[in-house]
Amino acid sequence: MDLTLKIWRQKNANDKGKMVDYQISDISPDMSFLEMLDVLNNELIEKGDAPVSFDHDCREGICGSCSLYINGEAHGPDRLVTTCQLHMRTFKDGETIVIEPWRAKAFPVIKDLVVDRTAFDRIQQAGGFISVNTSGNTIDANTIPIEKEDADNAFMAATCIGCGACVASCKNSSAMLFVGAKVSQFALLPQGQIEATDRVLNMVKQMDEEGFGNCTNTGACEVECPKGISLENIARLNREYLSASLKG
Amino acid sequence: MSGILNSSIGRKFAMALSALFLMIFLLQHFAINILSVFSADTFNEASHFMGTFWAVQFIAQPILIFGVVFHFVMGFVLEIKNNNARQISYAKNNGGANSTWMSRNMIWSGLAILGFMGLHFYDFWFPEINIKFIEGDMSGLIDPNNAESGYRYMEHLQHKFVDVWRVALYVVSFIFLSLHLLHGFNSAFQSVGANNKYTKALVGFSKVYAIGIPLGFIFIALFHYFNH
Repeated sequence: MDLTLKIWRQKNANDKGKMVDYQISDISPDMSFLEMLDVLNNELIEKGDAPVSFDHDCREGICGSCSLYINGEAHGPDRLVTTCQLHMRTFKDGETIVIEPWRAKAFPVIKDLVVDRTAFDRIQQAGGFISVNTSGNTIDANTIPIEKEDADNAFMAATCIGCGACVASCKNSSAMLFVGAKVSQFALLPQGQIEATDRVLNMVKQMDEEGFGNCTNTGACEVECPKGISLENIARLNREYLSASLKG
Repeated sequence: MSGILNSSIGRKFAMALSALFLMIFLLQHFAINILSVFSADTFNEASHFMGTFWAVQFIAQPILIFGVVFHFVMGFVLEIKNNNARQISYAKNNGGANSTWMSRNMIWSGLAILGFMGLHFYDFWFPEINIKFIEGDMSGLIDPNNAESGYRYMEHLQHKFVDVWRVALYVVSFIFLSLHLLHGFNSAFQSVGANNKYTKALVGFSKVYAIGIPLGFIFIALFHYFNH
């Protein structure tokens, strides 16, 4: 495959940045998108140019490291896949592919296609956990009976890898699908009840302080989420928050 | 509880509550307007009751005005905040791949409705307020000195739908209202946390409401234009 790539290049966080065109040839349709970028970077390095910086780690669709806004969609045009699992056969020979970083005030660009997603870490630190005694007296979680439906929904929420595609896709740069998933995975389980009120209040407070936008229920986040996190989690987040606000 | 309106979810909840209130009002408004198609006398009686009953005028109407103003102001506030959350736009954004046009353009359909409300107030609300509370005529009669002259409401309505440009503006505005409701109805329920096994049925009902009510208003405008 021969392709034209339009890639956002930005030297550092303070640089203005711009789109730069690259021509790339002999790309196998069976390559992953990141492998295609690896080929481009090898060519750039051979020419003495700076390679394109992009986040990646497991390349198995589970770590949440890779990102990229490809042809106007988070993680590209395929559904339920991360960029590392996106294959070049999705594109046509001769196609122009536009590659940009996630765009959100809360996700500032560090370099090229790499953005700072530590806002998500701070939201997690604000309440995305349960306090468990690990001094040797830990009670086996399986001793507490849990409804199958609740266990399944909690597990589904917990599959969120925190990649940020929800924020990138949302026209308002809202993080509510991420926060909804992180709140839901505990709200549905008995182990999460003790800290439920503080958890949701603190996580939403942190989310707002980070500068994410307000959810207007467009549903773009659910469509673009590589893990298929449902909008039901946002509705649950709303309920948990309103209930916690009345208690608090 | 005190800081709830300062949070993103609190603002979203308040926006949804005002929207649900306005959708109930819209249904009530339609129920009275459609009477004008079937019976001028019934329409006149209902309009006179709504225009002179103290609870409607001095309790329901101020709440309604607050609801309308709140919904518009909060809509603009949220739009500004949301624009600030993404200061650099994408060079290429395929919004149509993951969301409806209606959901992405609520501010524009809302602005069209706001413009329409200006016209609608100029046509009906301001003249009514002027006659009742400035001129002091609470009779509702065409000629306040002649009890036989009959109520003025139907005549006023028919008179307004003589001009084709006004009818066209009403029709276009109701199309925007329909687009606004097609997203707003379900969105309001999602915002108050109602997403459950009944959501699928609610989506179906919302489409009936979002298309049916504006279509009904369009029918009323066209009916009076062609039957005057």
